[in-house]
Amino acid sequence: MMQFGIFTVGDVTTDPTTGRTPTENERIKAMVAIALKAEEVGLDVFATGEHHNPPFVPSSPTTMLGYIAAQTERILLSTSTTLITTNDPVKIAEDFAMLQHLADGRVDVMMGRGNTGPVYPWFGKDIRQGVELALENYNLLHRLWREEYVDWQGRFRTPLQGFQSTPRPLDDVPPFVWHGSIRTPEIAEQAAFYGDGFFANNIFWPKEHFMRLIGLYRQRFEHYGHGRADQAIVGLGGQAFIRKNSQDAVSEFRPYFDNAPVYGHGPSLEDFTEQTPLTVGSPQQVIDRYAAMRDYFGDYQRQLFLMDHAGLPLKTVLEQLDILGEEVVPVLRKELAVNRPESVPDAPTHAARVAEARAAETTVETAAAPEKEDTHV
Amino acid sequence: MSDRRLVVVTAGLSTPSSSRLLADRIAAASVAALAERDVEASVTTIELREYARDLMDNLITGFPSVRLDAMLDDVASADGLIVVTPIFSTSYSGLFKTFIDVLDPKALTGTPVLIGANAGTARHSLAIDYAIRPLFAYLHADAVPTGVFAASSDWGDADGDTVRPLQERVERAARELAAAMAVRQSKPLAVDPFDPASFGDGSSVGTMLGGLAGF
Repeated sequence: MMQFGIFTVGDVTTDPTTGRTPTENERIKAMVAIALKAEEVGLDVFATGEHHNPPFVPSSPTTMLGYIAAQTERILLSTSTTLITTNDPVKIAEDFAMLQHLADGRVDVMMGRGNTGPVYPWFGKDIRQGVELALENYNLLHRLWREEYVDWQGRFRTPLQGFQSTPRPLDDVPPFVWHGSIRTPEIAEQAAFYGDGFFANNIFWPKEHFMRLIGLYRQRFEHYGHGRADQAIVGLGGQAFIRKNSQDAVSEFRPYFDNAPVYGHGPSLEDFTEQTPLTVGSPQQVIDRYAAMRDYFGDYQRQLFLMDHAGLPLKTVLEQLDILGEEVVPVLRKELAVNRPESVPDAPTHAARVAEARAAETTVETAAAPEKEDTHV
Repeated sequence: MSDRRLVVVTAGLSTPSSSRLLADRIAAASVAALAERDVEASVTTIELREYARDLMDNLITGFPSVRLDAMLDDVASADGLIVVTPIFSTSYSGLFKTFIDVLDPKALTGTPVLIGANAGTARHSLAIDYAIRPLFAYLHADAVPTGVFAASSDWGDADGDTVRPLQERVERAARELAAAMAVRQSKPLAVDPFDPASFGDGSSVGTMLGGLAGF
């Protein structure tokens, strides 16, 4: 019903407790090990970020995900996020269609605008047009995956005449798309317009903000006729550090928190855990926190956890995944299934989307059939 | 009689501070000047000192705490704003600038602002015009022409300005602020960017998306 997984930023960060910094090669291999572990412990999704500046390594997500796809069987591979602003939408269409074939459909993708200002000029774009780039580029991507031959002209890319993106999506069903955003109502609107998923990366901000952002997406999803507001496809971020005893979790994680690249040297661990979904404590504390998310955001489809940043050593991350996969997620699956209305959609998968597409075709054929008979009459 | 919301922001660090003392005087004079124009003003006074950690955390994390968010909303929805900062190293204090830095850059567009500042000696008085006024010009706020600077000596008789004493400057600035506030309608509620109504047909996003999709 729901999907649980992990998303990684891919930062190379010094372990503040040892002063040791992994090499890029170690970090890249660690990300792969983390993805394999995620499958092993029964998680549903592994997603990687995209960055074009150190200290981050994942500049080439489909290469990494293809490599992981070859070594896994079940886990769904995704991104968090793919830069729809600065990447060529044609190349996104092709890269992810290729990955979709190689991974037998275990692929979806999350669009994002990126939060590193200089990436725009590095790729010849202007950050002041970030939203416009996201809208126009995605519109082209959406067409490339659905229309065999595309004639297209826009503001940001060289025109296309009779262009056929290749390979075509697996089973003619494009990868499911999530639109990720932290603060931008226009992106919620965009996700609603297409009936795509909306992923609110809420790990650094208070829930009050995301209740409004997700509320907007749900209402506009309904407005555009894709279903009721409570049937919109919502994903949430999360962050946890878990040990059997709550105090052990706090004391072990605190130096990583205090020195973390994003929020280190700012708010206290206590303030931050109160204001954001970060939960540092026992498995039960994490279960309680995340089982309550739907009280604020409604029943949702995907929960991703950030588990491997801020210099945490690989060994620790793998232990964390064991606890997450074996003690936390199975309970969350059960608890979040309770009282979940039948009409709330399951998290999207390729198989389900193919079945849906085929059913829609059959409906069209059956609807067309009587007409045919009529002409014979 | 019409109503206006006056918000007072003071960046004084001690309790009580000279900045607060000046802010209270300016606020009282402004309420009186508005009353003369048949406008009733409510006053909300914000001591930035009480938000010092929240402001710095916002710089680091990028989001305001719930209480800071409420304070910033108060400021953004003010019909008139009185700001008072101590002068540190020839300019506004770091605490004051941090408040400005986390404020939405559009929050004060068109808002009448009265600038006050205080320091140990009158030699810092031009800081209002070379340092603080440009800040509000950047924010497209409507800063009234008279800024009120108070040196320590202004609080006594000995070395204060006996020709044009502090209270006279306070009242002149207050009259300017009252005039600016009275000619404006009470500030309309800002368009809520998360309200689905702001995404109806004809909105900029609706137009953009509609144009793309051929609707």
